[in-house]
Amino acid sequence: MTTTVAKTGPVPDYDYNIVRQFTIMSVVWGIVGMAVGVLIAAQLAWPVLNDIWQPFTHFGRLRPLHTNAVIFAFGGSVLFATSYYVVQRTCQAPLWGGWLIPFTFWGWQIVIVGAAITLPLGYTSAKEYAELEWPLDILIALVWVAYALVFFGTIAKRRTSHIYVANWFFGAYIITIAVLHIVNNLEVPVTAWKSYSIYSGTKDAMIQWWYGHNAVGFFLTAAFLGIMYYFVPKQAGRPVYSYQLSIVHFWALISIYVWAGGHHLHYSALPDWTQSLAMVMSVILLAPSWGGMINGIMTLSGAWHKLRTDPTLRFLVVSLSFYGMSTFEGPMMSIKTVNALSHNTDWTVGHVHSGALGWVAMISIGALYHLVPVLWKRKEMYSVKLINAHFWLATVGTVLYIAAMWVNGITQGLMWRAFNADGTLTYSFVESVIASQPGYVVRWIGGALFLLGMLLMAYNVFRTITDDTEETAERGEDKAAAQAV
Amino acid sequence: MSTFWSLWVIVLTLANLALITWVLFANRKVALDDQAEPENNTTGHVYDGIEEYDNPLPKWWFYLFVATLLFTAVYLAVYPGLGNFKGFGGWTQVNQLEAQQAKAEAKFDETFGQYVDMPIEQIAQNREALKMGARIFANNCAVCHGADGGGNFGFPNLTDNDWLYGGTPEKILETLHNGRQGMMPPQGPVIGEEGVKNAAEYVLALNGLEHNAEMAAEGQKVFGTVCMACHGMDGKGNQALGAPNLTNNIWLYGGNREQIQHTIRGGRQNVMPAQKDMLREDKIRLVAAYVYSLSRQEDEQQ
Repeated sequence: MTTTVAKTGPVPDYDYNIVRQFTIMSVVWGIVGMAVGVLIAAQLAWPVLNDIWQPFTHFGRLRPLHTNAVIFAFGGSVLFATSYYVVQRTCQAPLWGGWLIPFTFWGWQIVIVGAAITLPLGYTSAKEYAELEWPLDILIALVWVAYALVFFGTIAKRRTSHIYVANWFFGAYIITIAVLHIVNNLEVPVTAWKSYSIYSGTKDAMIQWWYGHNAVGFFLTAAFLGIMYYFVPKQAGRPVYSYQLSIVHFWALISIYVWAGGHHLHYSALPDWTQSLAMVMSVILLAPSWGGMINGIMTLSGAWHKLRTDPTLRFLVVSLSFYGMSTFEGPMMSIKTVNALSHNTDWTVGHVHSGALGWVAMISIGALYHLVPVLWKRKEMYSVKLINAHFWLATVGTVLYIAAMWVNGITQGLMWRAFNADGTLTYSFVESVIASQPGYVVRWIGGALFLLGMLLMAYNVFRTITDDTEETAERGEDKAAAQAV
Repeated sequence: MSTFWSLWVIVLTLANLALITWVLFANRKVALDDQAEPENNTTGHVYDGIEEYDNPLPKWWFYLFVATLLFTAVYLAVYPGLGNFKGFGGWTQVNQLEAQQAKAEAKFDETFGQYVDMPIEQIAQNREALKMGARIFANNCAVCHGADGGGNFGFPNLTDNDWLYGGTPEKILETLHNGRQGMMPPQGPVIGEEGVKNAAEYVLALNGLEHNAEMAAEGQKVFGTVCMACHGMDGKGNQALGAPNLTNNIWLYGGNREQIQHTIRGGRQNVMPAQKDMLREDKIRLVAAYVYSLSRQEDEQQ
């Protein structure tokens, strides 16, 4: 194989401005999205909180705001920041695209603000994770095309002979999300803020979950694996464990994921064959998903001691553990007999959050702690202790959240299917709600801890950026002195 | 699904599965032993300082992947999945549902079968049967009639002895089987606002409630020409028509002056849905016995 080392000339002038903008907004939107999440979690535990300012603060209006804010505002900003950073550095080429680059930032921010206004006002196309109405859908499509041009334009101008594995994942995510977003949001506008889907009935449901599941598969999985493939080896200072494994699990993951959406519609009007195919494809996904986890965790072999002193690396590694756990849970829940118990229960909510908090948020946080000192030319973050505190808040918060939802989900599933000998239902629905209440309180506590960690992060990032560098240098010296003692 | 689309599905599915199997085996440098230290030869690529090892696929991971592929092959042979091919197992979600229903029905025959021919009065003496009747009531009837059968505005109380259509076992069964359509025609256009108000005073008087005697006397004339057709000359109602007794101070739509006027002026419409296509015959009999027993309780107390 040809080596690229020889070709490495002087490092080009990377465009970090756009990365800095998206990095800041990641922290801001992370806090906003998670704060709304904590509020709606509290509403489920104490319903009177729905009445803060009706109808705008009703759970039904705020829930899509929460999901859009954490997935597309927080997750999206993290992905823009990291992909723009990684593609430049691994291609050794500055971003291509001129005005398209700032357009992706401002366009995306307008989409987010638009979502934050229209969703509480009740404008929704009623498609989960695609609630935004048609004017915003069009803007998303334009931003996404610009994003694709910038990303692939930069790849085309690369000064390395091969394309690094992180960019395979980013590339797959950008292309697939474009297809998913456009196809699922084909709709007929009737007024400025109302449209109807061109699909109907079961077909509409299938398209929606083909989109919905691959929003998870490509936006929240493939793209974040791209983050993993850069930041884990970089932070650990170790080579990626296996190039072979990268190839196999990449192609398997991206080609199989698109089949799996039907498992959201088990035992429905969806034809039997579609359900079965979705199920077996989901089961096959186990190994390709775990491929990413293995490649990340094994990259650390020989560097395990770094976990003791480096909480940023700990975020990255623990996120991979949660990733492994939720990608085992997913195929299991897609099996029809398991799904018959878990469907529509809080188990699903727990599964999503073991991925969303444990995997997506944690790897994002780890990547951001790596990025901030580099982008603002600091030696390290303002306080490593605060990173450590953030790590424990995030981990404990996630575990409380998931455990509460497992208990609730299985309780609900068992109560709903319990029959008396005479064929009548043992429990009314409201009894299962009463049984779930303690779990809702625990879930709220878990979410609040996670949010608290994000606030620590915001402070830490703020100080890192605003403190003048001399002070940082002094602190570094203090530390060196302390270590010498 | 037409043959074309069926083939489309089959070809796409098998092609995708074949391709990933090929990728898996084409890169089949699998570890001989997961415990051994990997060789850690790099590929020679360096990206921003990141190198890549050319280590083999972990053995356990490779076999896990193969196992899921084998599972898929077996599953798609047994269950529907490949287009129009139904699978050798003959499974469909509809026949799974039907099998479970048949099993439940067979079990219910054991539990409920004995009540199909038992007289309602006798079922109402059986504690076990009443308990089941109460649960069926709670699941199907309580939504309107209340958990205790005590009724609600617009939904009759089933625990007293005032019956719209009759409280004999036969009548209760008839109500359950076929449902009822309650219909009081609007009288405002017929008797005028004056007539509505006078008739309401008369109805109040019939129940011994506070009323305007003069207007009630006028109202009696209206009652005698219009209302008596259904509610009878004495106002005691007619169960054959479902016309309520207007003399016992029991009210379906409220008994104050305004409510009575409203009822007379605009009429009332109500529906008790038929249960014969929703509940098994033996379950209907159990509910009938339970409802019958509810009204008996009052008798016994008196």
